[in-house]
Amino acid sequence: MNPTDASGVLGFFMAEGLAGYADAASGIVFLAMLAAIIIGGIIACNSERLVRAVAGLALCFIGVAGIYYFLNSPFVSMMQILIYVGAVCITIAFAIMLASPEENKKQGPAGPLSGPLGLITAGLITFGMIGLAVNTSFAVLPKENMGSIQRIGAELLTSYSMVFELVSIVLLIAIIGSLVIARHGRSK
Amino acid sequence: MSILNLHNSLNTYLILAAVLFGMGIYGLVTRRTLVGMLIASELILAASSINFMAFNRFTAPDPTVGQIFTLFIMAIAAAEAAIGLSITIAVYRNYKSVDTEDLVDLNG
Repeated sequence: MNPTDASGVLGFFMAEGLAGYADAASGIVFLAMLAAIIIGGIIACNSERLVRAVAGLALCFIGVAGIYYFLNSPFVSMMQILIYVGAVCITIAFAIMLASPEENKKQGPAGPLSGPLGLITAGLITFGMIGLAVNTSFAVLPKENMGSIQRIGAELLTSYSMVFELVSIVLLIAIIGSLVIARHGRSK
Repeated sequence: MSILNLHNSLNTYLILAAVLFGMGIYGLVTRRTLVGMLIASELILAASSINFMAFNRFTAPDPTVGQIFTLFIMAIAAAEAAIGLSITIAVYRNYKSVDTEDLVDLNG
């Protein structure tokens, strides 16, 4: 983002025709999604109360769904909202209510050095990955198709049918296993 | 490159995924409860999915494969969340606590 970037913001206020407005609007929506991800992630990993952390996680996942929409994948975007916001966040909220980790708990970070050390660790990993990503030139191959929903369905039931069945077995085992684990010792 | 044109660049998504991954690592290191650590691990999974989808959109010849892989990641993440939360509930039932500092029975 160099200083000439302001032209893009200024262009939004000038008459450039409908296409220019559509581009600017999509750019603003993209920035809103970025803000939702960053703010939601900060809430999810910093808030004192776990219920607020789950709410931040849901906000972050909605932003991620918007990012998927910008990456030409409306189907994955809808599945993100259904599975993560609709199922995973609600399950975590139920676990918070059942296990009530809020009461009689020592608040704050685990130790005097935990916060700074965690921040240093996360910062090192983040900047290492950013440096690696920015300084690598990835080979861009020509597109064979557009990745439409029809293609996804056809590929799921032909090329990836084995993985599809295996994932369904994994989900079945996860359902049964979580029921067995959570039910064990219930009479105590 | 204009700031309103960020969504057409691969680096934007890679940097976003790295930041999200860092937030997940930070939460995983500093959280005291099992549920908090699980929330942080969901952030890490979201970061990896964003990476897959970004490379799928910008570099891969067949954009179908990355979407299917992301769907599988979602299924595995849902299974992981369900099992992790049931383990959390079982731990709470036995220890009356989900604080990581109280689970020291295997501490030598």
